[in-house]
Amino acid sequence: MKDTRTEARPIITLEAVEKYYGDYHALRGISAEIRQGEFFSLLGPSGCGKTTLLRTIAGFEDLSAGRLFIDGQDMAGVPANRRPTNMVFQSYAIFPHLSVAENVGFGLRRSGLSRAERAAKVEQALAMVGLAGFGGRAAHALSGGQRQRVALARALILEPTVLLLDEPLSALDKKMRDQMQGELRRLQRQVGITFILVTHDQEEALIMSDRIAVMFEGQIAQLDTPQMLYRRPVSRKVGEFIGVMNFLPARATVADETHIEVEAAGLGRAVIGPDQLPGGWHPGQTQSVGIRPETMSILYPGETTDRRVATGVVEDLSYYGDMTYYEVRLDGVERPMTISMKNLVGRPVLERGTEARVAWDARSLVLFA
Amino acid sequence: MKRPLRVYAILYLGFLYAPIALLPVFAFNDGTVIAFPLRGFTWDWFRQLAEIPALHAAVLNSLKIAVISAILATCLGVLAARAATRFAFPGKKGIMGLIMLPLVLPEIIVAVSLLVVLLQLGLSLGAWTVIMGHVLIATPFAIAILNSAFQGLDRSLEEAAVDLGETKWSSFRLVTLPLVMPGIISSLLIAFTISLDEFIIAFFLTGTEPTLPVYLWGQMRFPQRLPVIMALGTILVLASVLLLAIAEYARRRGAARTGQKDAGGFL
Repeated sequence: MKDTRTEARPIITLEAVEKYYGDYHALRGISAEIRQGEFFSLLGPSGCGKTTLLRTIAGFEDLSAGRLFIDGQDMAGVPANRRPTNMVFQSYAIFPHLSVAENVGFGLRRSGLSRAERAAKVEQALAMVGLAGFGGRAAHALSGGQRQRVALARALILEPTVLLLDEPLSALDKKMRDQMQGELRRLQRQVGITFILVTHDQEEALIMSDRIAVMFEGQIAQLDTPQMLYRRPVSRKVGEFIGVMNFLPARATVADETHIEVEAAGLGRAVIGPDQLPGGWHPGQTQSVGIRPETMSILYPGETTDRRVATGVVEDLSYYGDMTYYEVRLDGVERPMTISMKNLVGRPVLERGTEARVAWDARSLVLFA
Repeated sequence: MKRPLRVYAILYLGFLYAPIALLPVFAFNDGTVIAFPLRGFTWDWFRQLAEIPALHAAVLNSLKIAVISAILATCLGVLAARAATRFAFPGKKGIMGLIMLPLVLPEIIVAVSLLVVLLQLGLSLGAWTVIMGHVLIATPFAIAILNSAFQGLDRSLEEAAVDLGETKWSSFRLVTLPLVMPGIISSLLIAFTISLDEFIIAFFLTGTEPTLPVYLWGQMRFPQRLPVIMALGTILVLASVLLLAIAEYARRRGAARTGQKDAGGFL
């Protein structure tokens, strides 16, 4: 997979990593490179192996097969306490019998620093996560957001090569989560450490990550930038998992190296480029095209366009205030597709049953063939 | 509460505690016959307690046995509770069931079978044989208490300590041990109390040095000594209540500190 950004050196290399729990095959041949200084996310539904992979990197799980390198070092036989990784646990795992400062300074016990030096580092780490002056508080008296910050400070104080975050925001309420997403991103840029985030929340992954590995059933389905994942998913499954994607039955023939001819139900014929077939050509597979709701728009009476136009009927709609999501059934298609429209001045919300002209572009199509 | 229920509750409590309440009453009664009417107040029986060397030997013997039994039972309890709450292994339920069985097994059966085995092995009876029996019956209590202490622990806590550079053992010492300490104290105190009060196993397995309950039983043959026993009983009851109260306080404080809901316990 080609990336337009400058290629940084790999800080973590996974080579054909396998993990079995008894008969259960949790990781099925994971190979990937995670780059120095990037914010990397492991995204997938529960049970896809993303947490297992994270724990494998941390050293809490052994590999059944394959190899793992961190900063060029083979991690085989290196226990968790000797790895240059630190982790923020899903439960935060704040030591309830220690104060905030004792929690944050826990990892410095073996550092050989003097008491004063350690105290200074602890205060510095607390300031970094916005908890300056909280050192004397009892850990069990903190709020959820504060606990998370303590967990972050505790993991970052050792200046790890890689910081591992296991669903760190899932326990927070929506508002707090939105705020922490921004803060985590800022913090990552500030310290320049590679972050690996495990999450099942596709929006969170898109917002925060430089690159995302989408995992299903112990395998990486796609590893890409948020934009490429959203615009060019390699499979229907990835397209469905990230955001909303409409699928239409299609028939495609490869015309030549640079053009593919597609006949999609409801939309008609289109010529697309090979980059719109990111998953590659699989002979014999049912073919379909995917198209995102916001790449189409419903034309109002009298409105003209130089885009392609299909016709259909508004079957249903959901009004979100700033947006309206229309369920439009295109002529000749069984299932309605979702089209999202901004509610602008002079664009009244359409009623159910309205005949609609839908403008779309061939560039927005993704072919699964 | 409805009236009949209240009456029932009072009768029930009376049935439970009235006999014990009689202990201090007669311990201070100035008469050798255990019967009403009371004859006057005296400290005499308590004073006599201080003058019986055989009694002192029995008390010391009992304390020694109780302390050692409590420590052994609690150590075994820590190992079992950690294993039971932390790991999944084949036959776990069956094994835990067997460990907990002495809790409901008739003590006389346990005592007799232990005696038979020990004699068959050709071992002589003494403090150590009593300790073995007491560890056997106190361990299930220790496990039950420690289970609830370990159960509330987030297993990420030890992993977090390892992640921050500690070894498995130092993580256990620095994180788990302080968090389950109230449970350990509670377990020590309850096992100690169980051993101190225990009669049947001690009766069968004790050698030439009786424990306190066995000594008391022996004194029952002399009616004139009964008031002294009442005095001793009063002290024992007070000590037991005090120890159990401390144990329960420790257990609840531990539960509160690790943030778990109070799941019961024995008191």
